[in-house]
Amino acid sequence: MEIRDKLAILADAAKYDASCASSGAKTTRPGSEIGSTEGMGICHSYTPDGRCVSLLKILLTNYCIYDCQYCVNRISSDTPRARFTVDEVVTLTMDFYKRNYIEGLFLSSGIIQNSDYTMEQLIAVAKTLRTDHRYGGYIHLKTIPNASDALIQEAGLWADRLSVNIELPTEQDLVQLAPEKKKPQIVEAMGGIREKIQEHSEDRAAGFKAPRYAPAGQSTQMIVGATPTPDVEVLKTASELYGDQKLRRVYYSAYSPIPHADARLPGKSPPLVREHRLYQADWLMRFYGFAAEEIVAEADQNLSLDIDPKLAWALANRHFFPVDVNRAAREELLRIPGIGVRSVDRILSIRRYKPLRVADLKKMRVAWNRTKVFVLTADYNPGVSALDKVDLSRRVRPSSQQLMLFDAASSARSGEV
Amino acid sequence: MQFVTVQTFDDWRAAARAMLRSGVQPSAVRFSAPDGSADLFAACDAADPEAAPPTSPRSPGPPRSPGSTTSSRSPARSSEAAATTAAAAPRVPKAFLDLARTVACHRDPGRWQLLYRTLWRISHDEPFLLRISTDDDVLQLRRMEKAVTRDVHKMKAFVRFRKVTDDTGGEAFVAWHRPDHQIMRLAAPFFSRRFRGMRWTILTPHESATWDGTHLQYGDGVPASEAPEGDELEQLWKTYYGSIFNPARLKVRAMKREMPVRHWPTLPEAELIADLLSAAPGRAEAMIQHHEGFADTATKFMPADRDLPSLRQAAARCHACDLHRCATQTVFGEGPAGAQVMFVGEQPGDQEDLVGRPFVGPAGQLLDQALAQADVDRGEVYVTNVVKHFKFKPSQRGKRRLHQKPNSREIFACRPWLEAEIAEIQPQSLVCLGATPAQAIFGRDFRISRSRGKVFQTEWSPRTIATWHPAAILRMPDAGRAAQMREQLIQDLQRVAVQ
Repeated sequence: MEIRDKLAILADAAKYDASCASSGAKTTRPGSEIGSTEGMGICHSYTPDGRCVSLLKILLTNYCIYDCQYCVNRISSDTPRARFTVDEVVTLTMDFYKRNYIEGLFLSSGIIQNSDYTMEQLIAVAKTLRTDHRYGGYIHLKTIPNASDALIQEAGLWADRLSVNIELPTEQDLVQLAPEKKKPQIVEAMGGIREKIQEHSEDRAAGFKAPRYAPAGQSTQMIVGATPTPDVEVLKTASELYGDQKLRRVYYSAYSPIPHADARLPGKSPPLVREHRLYQADWLMRFYGFAAEEIVAEADQNLSLDIDPKLAWALANRHFFPVDVNRAAREELLRIPGIGVRSVDRILSIRRYKPLRVADLKKMRVAWNRTKVFVLTADYNPGVSALDKVDLSRRVRPSSQQLMLFDAASSARSGEV
Repeated sequence: MQFVTVQTFDDWRAAARAMLRSGVQPSAVRFSAPDGSADLFAACDAADPEAAPPTSPRSPGPPRSPGSTTSSRSPARSSEAAATTAAAAPRVPKAFLDLARTVACHRDPGRWQLLYRTLWRISHDEPFLLRISTDDDVLQLRRMEKAVTRDVHKMKAFVRFRKVTDDTGGEAFVAWHRPDHQIMRLAAPFFSRRFRGMRWTILTPHESATWDGTHLQYGDGVPASEAPEGDELEQLWKTYYGSIFNPARLKVRAMKREMPVRHWPTLPEAELIADLLSAAPGRAEAMIQHHEGFADTATKFMPADRDLPSLRQAAARCHACDLHRCATQTVFGEGPAGAQVMFVGEQPGDQEDLVGRPFVGPAGQLLDQALAQADVDRGEVYVTNVVKHFKFKPSQRGKRRLHQKPNSREIFACRPWLEAEIAEIQPQSLVCLGATPAQAIFGRDFRISRSRGKVFQTEWSPRTIATWHPAAILRMPDAGRAAQMREQLIQDLQRVAVQ
């Protein structure tokens, strides 16, 4: 099979993995000839699904002995199969990287023979890039479920980031859809990587010349919408992973219809709005001091689809407002709908020199239509009077649905891009 | 009125320093680009991509004598501050210099004026001006700064090298890119770090940069017509781009926001976008409509009572997979409910299918012999299969029914029956006969050849073991090997029988 045909199959098979980050490794590996990592990730292109193309994201092979129902590569799928050799992946990575198409390699694989054999192949790719080609760019290796600890340890020496997919939010979901994957084993694998990362960073802090170990940390992915599990469970699982396993990122992937879909799962469009809300909630947990339980205000334990979770929280906690932007503590400012972390930092900086007025907030480009109801400023803010209105929730609701999620269908019809 | 010609940041800094020292108010100075053109870069960045920028020396333009016109942009506040003229060299915060260095690359011709006005205010009575990000001047500077840094970031992202063979026959990489601002010198060092071991040149309309492996050199800008020819590898890149796109998710606005259309001409992959978009809805709908495998499993046919007779009765009507269509009947497990040992085979064979009982054909007879030799009473064990219907294809002449291995869909659909049987019997020992039941019980990476005869504790039974399927022994052409396998089967049976 031609490289091009393999690439088409094995990139297609990898696209359901949402992870695209290429950030996190602060410095380039010493001795690198081609490739660098300087902390900030770069998105080299964007596809019409709005996702960035940062890494060459491929599977080594899409042959797989597992039967995870949501996965296009499950053993019971009729999808065409292909397999790259280690050298083919290495060459492709170097060729793409040298032309500045990509920021690095994201390599995952279906499971062939057994977990350890597959993991060894992935490691061989990373090792060849690092040693034979003096490649210093980003490498993200997906660890293979149930691979041995020794192999996962070795992977961390060559990769910038390791990830173990949690796949589904609850243990029950896994039993149902991915019978071969067990949550305790997944969590154990994450724990192993966390310990290793910690050991190495402690050694380096103590002045030892410990080798790099997954300097960009570890991440995971959760598929949302393949089972009825509500958002609150999704967020609790994410919160545990951030807390216990020190994950850098949890990716939420709306269950997407796949070619060769399994009849055991319902065919439907991916719940993109829900995915978007989960990312917003995730941000609230990581940067705004919200706890998983308080974010989900709705009775059915799901995030509201028509308003963002911070606004939903504010509507459910009206007693907390109005917040005086000239006096409130950082934690309080972070809870105001429509104001982001950067604006909060600016408010804190400005108010040391002058009191903030409505015009200042508008200049900061806060989402004033949402914000105005919840803040006191140095001058009169007429919007705040709506806070006591019975129909407040109707007033702050965006009048039109999130356009960006729906603009595509029309542009697909008209052909206009 | 004082006129100052400025092209680079250093020009501006020298001029600004001198003017600040002599107390020249922002309203009394007017900055312009050299050669009389108000904005050099705007000229070369205009719609005509072929227009090459004039290349002029980078020396600071001499301040000209004060003219008679007055700038219309004089801020009112500067007149108040005019009295406090700093005689000594002004102290300028580093944060401002960093900001100014970046803003200097912006193409807006008004940037020098804005920078000087801000500098004047900082060095007179507003030392903390930069921290007030909602001040109009600061706001505008920050926006310009952001535009420049974003442009640098986009340059790092969107430069597309093409491989060329240079004069010496060596490999080199060349790219033509059109940035929005004059950012070559902000971005080039990044490329020299990233592509250290590579020889490359980046061309822009404003300026070019070349890395020979050790040194970075800047040269004149060139028009788009100087861009290198295509690179074979772009075909692979486009294959990748088209394949990584998920037609079930369309977010065109998000794509255009991050990858502005003005950059598309230099991105080889961008020519695919229109086709990908128009085909997407059809592809997504086809994916939603198309299904593979069976929608149901045996769970749908599961009776309320889970005792063996109820299960057997319900299984007789199971239509979860298609095997029931050709098979004669469901062959359910058999044996006492209180059995200590449970055997699981793959699926019923030809004779089992006709009789309706498991392990009654040749393989069953071999199992009986092995059980007897291992001192196990068949009447006390429970015998069943992973798949309860016979899967076969007719032989070439159509006279015989040839066994076919059940696939993973059939196994998955039928599996609830096996799980219900195990739950009901709760065997002390569970014996998997062959690879199919072993993989159903232990997981798909289980290998009989490696783990046969080993006793494991599993969620199904405290003593779970896998051994040869009697049919595998019968099919073995090598008689010696068959005898050995038979011995191993008996040993394994003894292992579970000894309690």
